Amino acid sequence: MKKEDYEQLVNKTVQPPAYFMNMAKAFLVGGLICVFGEGLMNMYTSWLGFSREEAGDPMVATLIFISALLTGFGLYDRLAQFAGAGTSVPVTGFSNSLTSAAMEHKSEGFVLGVATNMFKLAGSVIVFGVVAAYILGVLRYVLVEMIPWG
Amino acid sequence: MTYLWAFILGGAICAVGQFLMDRFKLTPAHVMSSFVVAGAFLDFLDIYDRMIEVAGAGAMVPITSFGHSLLHGAMEQADEHGLIGIAIGIFELTSAGIASAILFAFIVAAIFQPKG
Repeated sequence: MKKEDYEQLVNKTVQPPAYFMNMAKAFLVGGLICVFGEGLMNMYTSWLGFSREEAGDPMVATLIFISALLTGFGLYDRLAQFAGAGTSVPVTGFSNSLTSAAMEHKSEGFVLGVATNMFKLAGSVIVFGVVAAYILGVLRYVLVEMIPWG
Repeated sequence: MTYLWAFILGGAICAVGQFLMDRFKLTPAHVMSSFVVAGAFLDFLDIYDRMIEVAGAGAMVPITSFGHSLLHGAMEQADEHGLIGIAIGIFELTSAGIASAILFAFIVAAIFQPKG
């Protein structure tokens, strides 16, 4: 079979992704995770007397804890099959990628398995985040500090 | 009212991520990395703080806020210490998230056995 024929055959059999349906699912689950986070933040401000700014860190930490626990029970990955980016874009997806990578390599031991592989997926997020923030930070610093009218 | 905006903005960011994954066949890691850079860029333009004001957790929970916090912490220290402050402060605001993610991931990995 020639390459073009093969490509034609593949194009005929492989369905295009259900863009709208997938986006709707991601929107729903991602949106609900954020609403849950907003609820946590309101809880921390009204019950524990945190200011709204202070409540951000415990809210994120709580979401991270819940997501790590759900990953341990294998439930987060089941939700991810339904929601796609709706579960990987929120910070819970960051926690899920750490936990699942750590669990997956547990059989190789705690040092070479769990600790070495923990950032296998999430490492790229930190690397790109820091590089981008560093460049933009220097740029902004130069713009604000060096130019008197900046 | 913040709940509604949290749902809309948080959902919309996730929907964009899903579209990028479907359309350009990106892995979640690619989408997350791009979103972190996008978050830092939105903070560079002073847009992200406005998003947090309106949508609260809708802007703080998606991974874009990680990029925003990196740059924000860096700029706070840069105000005090000059250029070196960028290196000092870059993890300042994200420290709680990263530390707790590492801790909980370690504990869960120690307790649970992987499935399948």
